[in-house]
Amino acid sequence: MKKLRYAAAQWAIGLTAAALALAGCGGAKVGEDPKPSAGGKECGSFNLTVSPWVGYEANAAVVAYVATKDLGCKVVKKNLKEEIAWQGFGTGEVDVNLENWGHEDLKKKYIETDKVAVEAGSTGVKGVIGWYVPPWMAEKYPDITDSKNLNKYADLFKTSESGGKGQLLDGDPSYVTNDEALVKNLNLNYKVVQSGSETALIQAFRDAEKTKKPLLAYFYEPQWFFNELKLVKVNLPAYTAGCDADPAKVACDYPPYDLDKIVSKKFADSGSPAYDLVKNFKWTNEDQNAVARMIAVDKLTPDAAAEKWVNANRAKVDTWLGK
Amino acid sequence: MAAITSDVQVEVRRPRRSVIIGVLLVVWVAAYFLLSGIDTLPLGGQETTGFHRWLTENRDFVGQGNVFFDAIRTAVDHLVVLLQDLVSRPSFGRPVPVVGWLGVVAISAYLAWAFGNWKVALLTAAGLAFVGLQGLWQESMDTLALTIAAVLLSLLVAIPLGIWAGLSNRAFKVATLILDLMQTLPTFVYLAPLTLFFAIGPAAATIATLIYAAPPAVRLTAHAIRSVPPESVEASRSLGSTRGQTLTKVLLPMSRSTVVVGINQTIMAALSMVTVAALIDAPGLGQTVLKALQTLDVGVAFNAGLAIVVIAIVLDRVTTAAGDRPWRTASVRRKVVLGAGAIGVLVAVWFSRTYVWAAEFPSEVGIGSRIAVITADVTAWVQDVFGGFTYGVRDAVTKGVLNPLEALLTGSPWWLVGAVVVTLAAILGRWKAAVPAVVCIGLLVATGVWQDSMITLASTLLATVVVVAVGLALGVWAGRNRRVDLAIRPILDAGQTMPPFVYLVPFLALFGTSRFTAIAAAVVYAVPVTTKIVADGIKAVPVATVEAANSVGSSNWQVISKVQLPVARRAITLAVNQGLIYVLAMVVVGGLVGAGALGYDVAAGFAQSELYGKGLAAGLAIVLLGVLLDRITQAAAPKPHGKGDKQ
Repeated sequence: MKKLRYAAAQWAIGLTAAALALAGCGGAKVGEDPKPSAGGKECGSFNLTVSPWVGYEANAAVVAYVATKDLGCKVVKKNLKEEIAWQGFGTGEVDVNLENWGHEDLKKKYIETDKVAVEAGSTGVKGVIGWYVPPWMAEKYPDITDSKNLNKYADLFKTSESGGKGQLLDGDPSYVTNDEALVKNLNLNYKVVQSGSETALIQAFRDAEKTKKPLLAYFYEPQWFFNELKLVKVNLPAYTAGCDADPAKVACDYPPYDLDKIVSKKFADSGSPAYDLVKNFKWTNEDQNAVARMIAVDKLTPDAAAEKWVNANRAKVDTWLGK
Repeated sequence: MAAITSDVQVEVRRPRRSVIIGVLLVVWVAAYFLLSGIDTLPLGGQETTGFHRWLTENRDFVGQGNVFFDAIRTAVDHLVVLLQDLVSRPSFGRPVPVVGWLGVVAISAYLAWAFGNWKVALLTAAGLAFVGLQGLWQESMDTLALTIAAVLLSLLVAIPLGIWAGLSNRAFKVATLILDLMQTLPTFVYLAPLTLFFAIGPAAATIATLIYAAPPAVRLTAHAIRSVPPESVEASRSLGSTRGQTLTKVLLPMSRSTVVVGINQTIMAALSMVTVAALIDAPGLGQTVLKALQTLDVGVAFNAGLAIVVIAIVLDRVTTAAGDRPWRTASVRRKVVLGAGAIGVLVAVWFSRTYVWAAEFPSEVGIGSRIAVITADVTAWVQDVFGGFTYGVRDAVTKGVLNPLEALLTGSPWWLVGAVVVTLAAILGRWKAAVPAVVCIGLLVATGVWQDSMITLASTLLATVVVVAVGLALGVWAGRNRRVDLAIRPILDAGQTMPPFVYLVPFLALFGTSRFTAIAAAVVYAVPVTTKIVADGIKAVPVATVEAANSVGSSNWQVISKVQLPVARRAITLAVNQGLIYVLAMVVVGGLVGAGALGYDVAAGFAQSELYGKGLAAGLAIVLLGVLLDRITQAAAPKPHGKGDKQ
C-alpha cells in the first residue's frame, strides 16, 4: 500500500515535469507584449465610488471610460454602500460620487460641518419614488392607480405577513420612506411590510407579473428593471413644496429628486481635468437606462457598454470635455 | 454502565420539571388572553428612542485618527497586499503576480501532499483548476489571500485563547460570553464603524472577518482540552510532568482532532464572510456575487458562490487530512520523494514566472458561463414547478406555528414575558440561569426595540428547533456511517459557505418576502455546523462502548438513544448552542428577505446614518437574545457527571 502510494506520487511528479517540459517549449514570455502607453500624467488618478445599483454603474462606466480614454486618467473604482462612500470623503478613500439621492443629513455633516466634500451639480437624471403595481393589475383594475381607491382593493393584497390588512411592500433600507405615516394619514387599510432589499422587491414584482399575483410596493425610477417590466405608479395626493416637512403628518407623494454629484474637497481643488469632466457630466434618464440596460440585460461589461454609448453619442461627450 | 444510571436519574427528575413548565406555559397563555396589548413596547420603523439618538451622535467619537489602530491597519494591509502580490495581481513592476496559476497549483498540491496525503493533493489541484476554468482565477486568488490573512490572524489569537479557556474555568466563562458577542453581533453593526477605525479596504475587511471567524477555533480548542479525560492528566502528573509538559505532551496531542475541527470552522466562517466584506470593497469573489445580484443574475452569482464552496472544500479537506496524519518521522524514502516533489514545484513556479500561459489562466476554456446558464435554467424550472406548493407550506407554517408564537411573545406585556422567561430559567438552571435571564431581559427593554426582539425571537426559536431536529438526525446518521459522512459533507460545506445572497433569490421566488423565507435561509446556514459537531461527537464514542451495547442485543435505536447520544452529550450541547448562534448570525440576512424586526433595523442602521443608533441597539438586542437562549439551553442540558460516576 505504502509503496504503491509513493510510486503513484513519483509518477505524478514525473508526468507533470514531462508535461511542463513539453508545453514550456513554446508560448509567449511574460513581459514580452508591449505595455499600454502610460499617458495623462497631469490627470493622475482618482477614486470613484460605485453604489450598488445598475443606474449608478452606468454613470460610473461612462465617466470612467471618458476619463481614461480622453484624459488619460487612472480611475480606481470602489464598490461601496452609499453611507460608507460618504465616510470615504473624510478619509481620502473616495473622490467622486456620481449619483447622490438626497441624503440631506449627510450633506450637512460632510459638506457643511466637516468641509471634506463639495457639490458638483446635477447629473440631469430625475429620481422618482412612489408606490407601484405590476402592469397586469393596472390593466385589470384601471382605477387602482388612484390612492383613494386603494382601500377598495385592500383584500387583494393580503398575505401571510400583513396581519389581515392589505400589504404594502417596502424595499431597500437605504431609502427614507414615509410609508408608515402615509398609510396612517391617508387612512388606508394597509400594513407596511419590510421586504428588506432591492433584490426582494424586484423578485416580488417579477413573480407578481408572471403568476398574476397582486402586489403593491415601494419602488423608484430610474431603474434598469423598468426595461423588463413597465410598473405602473399609484398616484398619491400630489406633492407640493413643504407638504412633507413634518414626517409624522405627511399625506402627500414623494418629491421629485434631482440626483446630483458630490466630490471630495481635495479633488475639487486639485485642478485635475477629471474634476471638470465630473462637473460637466450631465445626461438624461433615457441615456442612463440605455447604458444600464446594456449592462443588466445584454450582459456587456461596464467598459464595453460605455464604449458603445460614447461612440453613439460623441457630441454629448464632447460638451462634457469642453470641446 | 454510566449512561444507563444517568438516564434513570433524569427519568426521575424529568416529569416534575416538565409538569411545572407545562403549567407555566398554560398560565402564560391564559394571562395573554387577559392582558394582550398592554405594555407591549412597540416602536415604528422610522421611530427612534433617546438612547438610539445618543448612539447615533456619538458614533464618530471612536474613530478619530488613533495611532494604535493605524498601526494595526498598516500591518494587516501589508499582509493582505503581500499575499495579493504573490498570487493575484500584477506586482513588482511585472504585468503578472509573483507566482502564476501553475505555480500556485503546484505549491498548493505539494503542501497538501506533504502535510496531508496524495488524495487531498489531487483534490487541491483539481479544485484550483476548476475555479480557474470557471473564469474566476484572479477573484479566487484575491479571496484566498484575504481568507488566508484572516485565518492566520484568527488562529494567532484564537489558539492561545482557547488553550487558556480550556485550562481555566474563569477564563472559560469570560471567553464564552465574549465569543457569543463576537459571533452573534451582526457584522453589519460593526462593518461601518470598523471603516472609521481601519478605513475602507482589505484591512477593515480582514478584521471584520477575523471578529466573526475566530470564535469557533477558541471554542473548540477549549472544548477539546476540557474533554481530555482527567485520568490522562492525572497519569501525566503522577509521572512527574510539569504543567507545560502536560500541555504539550498530553492535552494538545489528545485534543488535536477537535482543534482541527475548530480550525475548519474558522476557515468556513471566514469564507462565509466574503460577500459581506465586499460591501466595504474587499476584493474577490464577493464582489462578483454582489454585482450579479444587482440584476438578480442567479447564474453568475452561483458560479462565483460555487468557487467559494470549492475553495472551502479544498481547505477543509487539506486541514482535516493534516490533522488526521499521525505524527511520525519521515522515512528516507519519503524524504527523497518530498525533495523530488519540491524540485518539481520550483520548476512549475519558474514556468509560471516566465511564460504567459502558465502565469495567466487561459481564458478560452470557460465553463463559468455554462454553469451560469444551467443554474438559471434549473432555478427557473424549480420556481415554475414548486411555486404554488411552496406558498402553501409557507402559509400553513406561518398560520399554524409562527403567528401564534409571535402573537404570544409580542402581545403579552413585556413584564409577563420577562417573568415567564426568568421562571423558566430558574426551573431549568436555578439562579445560575435566572440571574443572566433577569439581566438580559432588563437590557432588552433598555435597548428600546423590545417588540422587534420578540418578533425575531419567535422566528429564531422556530428556526432553531428545525435546525436541531435536522442536525441531530443527519449528525447521528453521518456519525454512525462513514459512507454517509463522506457523501453529505460536500453538501454541508456548500450550505455553510455558499453566500446566502446566492440562494436568497430562488428562495424569494419560492416563498415570497416573508418571515418563513428568512427561517428557511437560517436553517440552510445553521444545519451544517450542527450536523458536523453531532457527527464528530458520535464518532468519538468509544467503539468498545457501542460494541458492548450491541453484544447485549440492543436494537439500533437503543444504541443511539441509550448509549451514543448520552455519551456524546457534551458535543450535542455544543451543537445546539452553535446551531442557535448560527441562526442568530443570519437574522440580518433574514431582514433582507422580509423578516423585518431586528434584522431590518440593523440593515437600515447600516444604510441610513440617522438610524445608526437604532441599528446598533438592534444588534445588541440580537446579542442579548443569543446570550439569553444560550444560558437557558446550557442550563437545560443534563449536567456532566462527577468523577465517581465515570467508573
